[in-house]
Amino acid sequence: MILVTLPPALLPLFPGCPGRHSVSATTVAEAIAALDAAWPGLGDRLCESPGRLRRHIRAFVAGEPADLATALPDGADLFLMTAISGG
Amino acid sequence: MPARVLVLLGTRKGAFILDGTPERRDWRLRGPFCETWPINHVVGDPRTGTIYAGGGNAWFGPAVWQSTDLGETWSHSSDGLRAVEEETPVAAVWSLAVQDGALLAGVEPAGLFRSADGGQSWTHVAGLRDHPSRSQWNPGAGGLIAHHVLPHPADPAQLWVAISAAGVFHTTDGGRSWAARNQGTRCDYNPPEARYPEFGQCVHSIAMAAGQPDRLYQQNHCGMYRSQDGGAGWESMEAGLPSSFGFPVVAHPHDPDTVYLFPLNGDIAGRFVPEGRAAVWRSRDGGAHWQDLRDGLPQRDAYFGVLRQAMAADTLDRVGIYAGTNTGILYASADEGEHWQVIAQHLPPIHSVETMVLPA
Repeated sequence: MILVTLPPALLPLFPGCPGRHSVSATTVAEAIAALDAAWPGLGDRLCESPGRLRRHIRAFVAGEPADLATALPDGADLFLMTAISGG
Repeated sequence: MPARVLVLLGTRKGAFILDGTPERRDWRLRGPFCETWPINHVVGDPRTGTIYAGGGNAWFGPAVWQSTDLGETWSHSSDGLRAVEEETPVAAVWSLAVQDGALLAGVEPAGLFRSADGGQSWTHVAGLRDHPSRSQWNPGAGGLIAHHVLPHPADPAQLWVAISAAGVFHTTDGGRSWAARNQGTRCDYNPPEARYPEFGQCVHSIAMAAGQPDRLYQQNHCGMYRSQDGGAGWESMEAGLPSSFGFPVVAHPHDPDTVYLFPLNGDIAGRFVPEGRAAVWRSRDGGAHWQDLRDGLPQRDAYFGVLRQAMAADTLDRVGIYAGTNTGILYASADEGEHWQVIAQHLPPIHSVETMVLPA
């Protein structure tokens, strides 16, 4: 399992959605897919296409910048954040 | 008998709704809605009472928001609101229209989507993007945007789309094929020999005359125009106006000969009201003659404009006209433009104004 932290600005778009989630995933893409299954439409908010994060969304794994293909070791912390460039 | 008049605003920081009665003297402002996303267009479907708001957020992309309780609660979706994987993703929804039970959305970069389930999911109307001229479309200052979607009121296979800066396009087969409809509109920013191209015009807005789907009015970057044949040909109607530049055009909902404009001082002169004095201009004869309507509008030191979707009419017998400024002021007239008052101010820049009149 990995722990995903979502950007606070995303949460009001999905009423009831918590800011932190435990999901089973081996990549960032899989983690977002798991979140989208639980909260339909959430993947659209984070990814501009199935293969690409939106321009102003940042992903970090173990404090390092990540993309959708980045591997997630078991127990990893994935932070999805809104970039300052977007607002 | 109408019971409630709603003025629907899209702004840089969310959607707002003004509630009024048919007398249109007192208004109550509600909002901001849609999590303060930039909202480009808010429309109401009077048959269902549903309100739709289209926009786009720099972080989270495009979406259409829906409210089935007149704005009390909202949900959003962008399911299917993407064209082709390899192309620039849809950044924002710019225009909405209801046609024959379907919801249509014009987007940036210029494209058209249709929803058959009230905005829950979307299908790309690929015929517009596949128009042979597509590779030569260029963005205007606001981007390459499909900013007006004008459905034919009786024929669901027909609609017009206005794109900056590609021009007006018309379909008669439900969106499978499109024809450019720009003959007679100028491109002053082209060299003299290319002033009247087939496409590439910077259309700013289009409107349909009441009960006459073939009569269209247009405010262009370069002039004001009228078409008597569904856009196949356009003729200038700018004589008598203070400039050839402006953004919105509004057709009277009952009288096909009455049309409203909000001319500005020019594209390289600040895009303000001329001489710092605000006026809505009205023609009662299809654009042959114009009258400036100023009572209640500021007549000195005014430095604002009204954007392309930010002027509208309501549908009451004595029509109300509404003009929202890019400085966040909403002016309203309950008597077809004769007298004006401020009914909201201190708002974010107003992108769009529409109305919905609800029955008792």
